[in-house]
Amino acid sequence: MSIQTRTHVKAAEATNPQAAAAPAAKMVARDVKVFYGAKQALKGINIDILENKVLALIGPSGCGKSTFLRCLNRMNDTIDNCRVEGLISLDGEDVYGRRIDAVQLRARVGMVFQKPNPFPKSIYDNIVYGPRIHGLASHRDEMDEIVETSLKRAGLWNEVKDRLREPGTGLSGGQQQRLCIARAIAVSPEVILMDEPCSALDPIATAHIEELIDELRENYTIVIVTHNMQQAARVSQKTAFFHLGDMVECDDTEEIFTNPRDERTQGYITGRYG
Amino acid sequence: MSNEHIVRSFAQELQRLSNLVTQMGGVAEAQVASAVKAVARRDVGLAARVMQTDQRLDEYEREIDAEAIRLLALRQPMARDLREIVSALKVAADLERIGDYAANIAKRSLALAQVPLVRPAVAIPRMGRLVEEIMKDVLDAYIERDVDKAVGAWQRDEELDDLYTSLFREVLTYMMEDPRNITPCTHLLFMAKNLERIGDHATNVAETIHFLVVGEPLMMDRPKSDASSFAVVTPEATDGA
Repeated sequence: MSIQTRTHVKAAEATNPQAAAAPAAKMVARDVKVFYGAKQALKGINIDILENKVLALIGPSGCGKSTFLRCLNRMNDTIDNCRVEGLISLDGEDVYGRRIDAVQLRARVGMVFQKPNPFPKSIYDNIVYGPRIHGLASHRDEMDEIVETSLKRAGLWNEVKDRLREPGTGLSGGQQQRLCIARAIAVSPEVILMDEPCSALDPIATAHIEELIDELRENYTIVIVTHNMQQAARVSQKTAFFHLGDMVECDDTEEIFTNPRDERTQGYITGRYG
Repeated sequence: MSNEHIVRSFAQELQRLSNLVTQMGGVAEAQVASAVKAVARRDVGLAARVMQTDQRLDEYEREIDAEAIRLLALRQPMARDLREIVSALKVAADLERIGDYAANIAKRSLALAQVPLVRPAVAIPRMGRLVEEIMKDVLDAYIERDVDKAVGAWQRDEELDDLYTSLFREVLTYMMEDPRNITPCTHLLFMAKNLERIGDHATNVAETIHFLVVGEPLMMDRPKSDASSFAVVTPEATDGA
């Protein structure tokens, strides 16, 4: 199945050079099933994650949206009894394939978590940690440059440029989260996964992150899990609604929030789903 | 899945908003009926009451606007709830305009009552009946969230346009026959135009109901029959008839 999809994608690119004009799928999930031991958490998910778009995953707690997010960069590998079936591909390549190294994959598909989790190191070292272990930079001036561009992209540079040697944990919550985004960007990922990146932040810090997400979209493909409907509506172009391990509906964000097709989606986003 | 909001007060507020629109619709409907009655019976007192009552519709509209804006700000509604609130705003605006037209008909009936009756005046109650029927259907459709009924009413607007076009021609003929007819006939013409406009606002409401229930705009082409814009009646033609 994985091979078929791969050739299919390649063939489409070869026969249609204008395909770049239409939104291309950066990542594709086909019939993705996840089991934690005997318990099935995802029941066959199919989604195309479009390049340079923000996809929001919404749904009640336990619906499988975070599980799905974690499949995309194989974060579930670290969970003992977790089994993933089906195909997830990045640029047409099966991310669970033998040729893929999970650590390399996570450099291409970065992640930002719910609680800002900077390393207990300086702001500077937080940023260069990834590039250093991935061998992306070795010289001092290369690293300086990565630190500056990453912090600038994360909209944090002006606030911290004079105190790069101070610990990252000394920043405010919102700044810490932007530091984590800068850290994710530093290894030049193609896709950024965000698991409720603003749930621990105040409205101003949230607005900064949302503004940032909109800017990052130019260069990256973003998947965000959020419990905040308004946030999903504000930042994403596509929204997928998950429910009890199924993906109920995935459509343009505008459609989902004005005229959802499925009763369950309607019930959830209007606060009727109990 | 229950159809109830988890936050019950939100559901109650939406219901209240919808009730306000329904009540406003009832007042607008009565205003149109009274205005037409005032014309038919040359009832000056009734006409004055219609003119006074128009401010109640303005008050309803202000209240609905304020309530809708409050809900938008405080509840950040989505999907059907969002459409519910936006629809209330739109319907209230249409009903307010309908009220203005009814008041204008009442006002003109005062002038009309001061001059002798002209025959085309009988067309006003006829148009009025049709407008009242369309309005009743549209308002029932709003209460019942009944798209089919709304679309049915929407299509009946064509009959109203036909009546208006024929009245337009008739009135022009009367004016040509005797210049003394010009004053009452001009008022009749404006009244008929007002009724025709009321019909158009009622069809707007029908379209809003479609959007509210289905989530998409009504895409059908409504047959347009108001041909009065193209009507030419010449004295020669009248002589020949």
